[in-house]
Amino acid sequence: MTQAATTTETVLSVRDLTVDFPTGDGVVHAVRGVSYDLRPGEVLGIVGESGSGKSVTSMAVMGLLPKTARVTGSVRFRDQELLGLTDKEMTRIRGSKVAMIFQDPMTSLNPVYKIGYQLAEAVLAHNDMSREAARKRAVELLEMVNIPQPDKRVEQYPHEFSGGMRQRVVIAIAMANNPDVIIADEPTTALDVTVQAQVLESLRAAQRETGAAMVLITHDLGVVAGQADRVLVMYAGKPVEIGSVEDIYYNPRMPYTLGLLGSLPRLDKREQQRLTPIQGSPPSLVNLPPGCPFTPRCPLAQDVCQSREPDLEAVDGSGLGASATRVHLSACHFKEQVARQEPADLFKATARDADLPEEFGGGFGIEIVDNNNGTEDEAR
Amino acid sequence: MLAFAVRRLLVSIPVFIVSTFLVFLLVTWGADPLAQLKAKNPPPSQAVINAMADTLYINHSIPERYGHWFSQLFFHGNWGPSIQSGTDIGQLLGSSLELTARLVVLAMILAVILAIIAGVISATRQYSKTDYTITLIGFLFLSLPVFWFAILLKQLVVNMNNSLNWYWISTYGANTPGLTGWSAFSDAIGHLILPTIVLAMSSYASWSRFQRASMLDVLGSDYMRLARAKGLSRGKVMVRHGLRTALIPLTTQVALDTAAILGGAVLTENVFGWQGMGTMLVNGINAGDFNTVLAWLTVAAIIVILFNLIADLLYGVLDPRIRNA
Amino acid sequence: MHDLPGENAQTTGNLIPPAGPVEREFTVKARTQSQLILRRFLQHKLAVISLFVLIAVILLAFVGGALWHYKYTDITPDNSVPPSGTHPFGTDNLGYDEFARVLRGTQRSLEIAFVVAILATVIGTIWGAIAGYYRGITDSVMMRIVDLVLTIPIIAAGALLGHHFQSAGWWALALVIAGLSWPAVSRIVRGQTLSLREKEYVEAARALGAKDSRIIFRHILPNVMGQVIVVVTILVALAILTESSLSYLGFGVQAPDTSLGTLISDAKTALQGGQWWLFYFPGIFIILICLSVNFIGDGLRDAFDPSQQRVRA
Repeated sequence: MTQAATTTETVLSVRDLTVDFPTGDGVVHAVRGVSYDLRPGEVLGIVGESGSGKSVTSMAVMGLLPKTARVTGSVRFRDQELLGLTDKEMTRIRGSKVAMIFQDPMTSLNPVYKIGYQLAEAVLAHNDMSREAARKRAVELLEMVNIPQPDKRVEQYPHEFSGGMRQRVVIAIAMANNPDVIIADEPTTALDVTVQAQVLESLRAAQRETGAAMVLITHDLGVVAGQADRVLVMYAGKPVEIGSVEDIYYNPRMPYTLGLLGSLPRLDKREQQRLTPIQGSPPSLVNLPPGCPFTPRCPLAQDVCQSREPDLEAVDGSGLGASATRVHLSACHFKEQVARQEPADLFKATARDADLPEEFGGGFGIEIVDNNNGTEDEAR
Repeated sequence: MLAFAVRRLLVSIPVFIVSTFLVFLLVTWGADPLAQLKAKNPPPSQAVINAMADTLYINHSIPERYGHWFSQLFFHGNWGPSIQSGTDIGQLLGSSLELTARLVVLAMILAVILAIIAGVISATRQYSKTDYTITLIGFLFLSLPVFWFAILLKQLVVNMNNSLNWYWISTYGANTPGLTGWSAFSDAIGHLILPTIVLAMSSYASWSRFQRASMLDVLGSDYMRLARAKGLSRGKVMVRHGLRTALIPLTTQVALDTAAILGGAVLTENVFGWQGMGTMLVNGINAGDFNTVLAWLTVAAIIVILFNLIADLLYGVLDPRIRNA
Repeated sequence: MHDLPGENAQTTGNLIPPAGPVEREFTVKARTQSQLILRRFLQHKLAVISLFVLIAVILLAFVGGALWHYKYTDITPDNSVPPSGTHPFGTDNLGYDEFARVLRGTQRSLEIAFVVAILATVIGTIWGAIAGYYRGITDSVMMRIVDLVLTIPIIAAGALLGHHFQSAGWWALALVIAGLSWPAVSRIVRGQTLSLREKEYVEAARALGAKDSRIIFRHILPNVMGQVIVVVTILVALAILTESSLSYLGFGVQAPDTSLGTLISDAKTALQGGQWWLFYFPGIFIILICLSVNFIGDGLRDAFDPSQQRVRA
């Protein structure tokens, strides 16, 4: 766990970011209003399924979206508005103030240039120094991410590195100019679990060395638990819950978050428990119907969920009076009902093994909660 | 790197030898050297025919004939007798090769440079008007018969020359005899312009399509994105990371197309009256001149294999991944 | 037996998600593979236009040629007449009707091109698939043979064999060109096969005990066909150009039959002499056919390539 930021000064401030892509099938609303603040040294974990818009958000911050994308909202780096800058102006910020790490280490590095060259390139892009000095810095950077024999390695090509090492090189490249913000887009997704730990360690080292704030994008809640100070949960292009890592893990207030936690294998539970995955798939972002996009998969869904999309509102006890780091917001009409529920309580259908006899905890266990008549029926 | 080159060279030699045998079969089958003699009017006596058959070593089995030709060429440097009177195959090869080489090399350089430019512009402005125009022109050149285009161009230039009274751009032959020094050089260039353009045309067309596709592949890759994320300008990323990587497949393609270019040269030389390899081949086949055609095909095979070798080596230089393979 | 879910959609723990809300997810019409390919092809305007042009040319050559009142062997009393009502393409200095000759030449060129395309595709595909599937020595030997054939420039071999087969008819020429064109197809098929054979469904088929031939024909080749079809169109265009080139040099289609290349060869000096119609019409037909085939090929390539410029969420 990193040191939680104590100041209220923000290094990156995103407000109402929306990204639309016109396609042959209609306009895809990839991002539908994301807002967050990042303080110096803070680690914000952005969590969500594929297609939730988490990567697109970060590409928008970096200004790396294709020309067809329509971006509105505001992204402020310190006091500078990034959206609307020319590409030339953005190149001065990319790699020196805001750096990015991509998902697939096997394709992130150019196969025809040496590792040292690609590292030095990052340094020389923003600093006037001799090639010798850049090479020295490259070796230094390799050391910082724990690559053995950096002197030798710097003369090698990417195909001579393993996947985990390549990702660490990418991290080193991100660190090269001591950026203020590092955006890591699914840095461990393409790697084996055993290698993930090494890479996460390098990420931590990068943050330590540079003092940078970090946006860690992932769909892996386990990774977030170990690295983040605050967590932003995204669904269908919008944030559905924001809070400190403790709030999210111990007091989730949105059924989706609860569902995500329920699908995590836990090593700390004493008795054997089934995972409770969420049924169904995320919605298409082309023709989103009104209301909360999670409705079809939500066990708490009611009519109001279908008609009105909930706003992000403070969860009780963490209102405007609380300091910025303790704010806990959730976008759910029934956020109070989610409190103190276990995933297995809410996601009943998948919590039980239908083939197992009732005595052993099996069967359908369907409970039809009919709010209109107030009767409960236990079937089978 | 050296080991890689040596290995490739060693593999090429057996391929070349088998190629010569294949070619030998082809020529034996396709060229009847006695046909012209027999077709003479009045027909020559059997003794004359037999004498020629002996000179040409025809009355033996194919393996024997091959062995004879092979040893004559590779151990004695003798290309064999030609049917066409007064022709020394070795000399003919030398002069023809020199002319054709001039043409082919220049045409290839022109085509490659234009193809790279067109391919990059097309790819970076995909689906724009510029892209469509370049693509259309490319397709047009791909569909144009070389000989037809050559005749057209020739006629246009003749008309132009006549109306401007300026005759530097020549439409016939490789040079004007009797010139020396600078005027000879300038004269040679003037004679080179039209054939080079014609020969470069269809290669340009297919290579520019190829380069465009290769560029598009590269433009979407992750390392391009990372290079941008480092803070490099669009231009630098395009050249350093895009072009550099996109050129690799093109080098192989250029080498593989050498055979096709030789074919194009045959037609170009025919239209512009160059006494190069193309004319040598056509005359040889028409005369049924066994040894000449054989010599031509052997040299062609050497050129093709050589260029394939160069392509492999170049690939190794440009792409470090295959150096150890 | 309890009520099937559906009415009160917002209930907890339904095992089968009700039809109502799930509909919201699939707002893009589901299409089959072939429909997608067709749809993408139709978006390529030039390719569709070219398809019509090609069909028009084919109809003109075969149907028009049969219906036209002059035959390509007819000698008319009009010599060197520019295009007019009776002779839309004019006549040459012997009195042949150019329109009939051009149509005949087009027929010949098209016939040869399509024979080449089919033969080269069949041979090349099977050759490449076997080489790519079995790898090892088989692959090495087969591809070395391909390399060998490719060391011989088509014009040279074509000229040589064409010279030999002068009396045998146009199909011999087609065979010769096909025999030199299949290596290009085999290279592409081999490349595709090499990568496809590593796919999981091939492994699965093997585990189920499928015979090699079945795997090749049922699993690998259908996925290669996209690329192959594109190569075939290129081959057709190339075959037409090769045949015209050979005929131009005198090694291809022989008199009294005619081809577009022969016509241009006959018209070598026609431009100079002012008889532009003898030179332009055959050339334009060659260009038209090749251009349309190339555009169709381009359209097909775009249609079969799933990596379009579509942006996903």
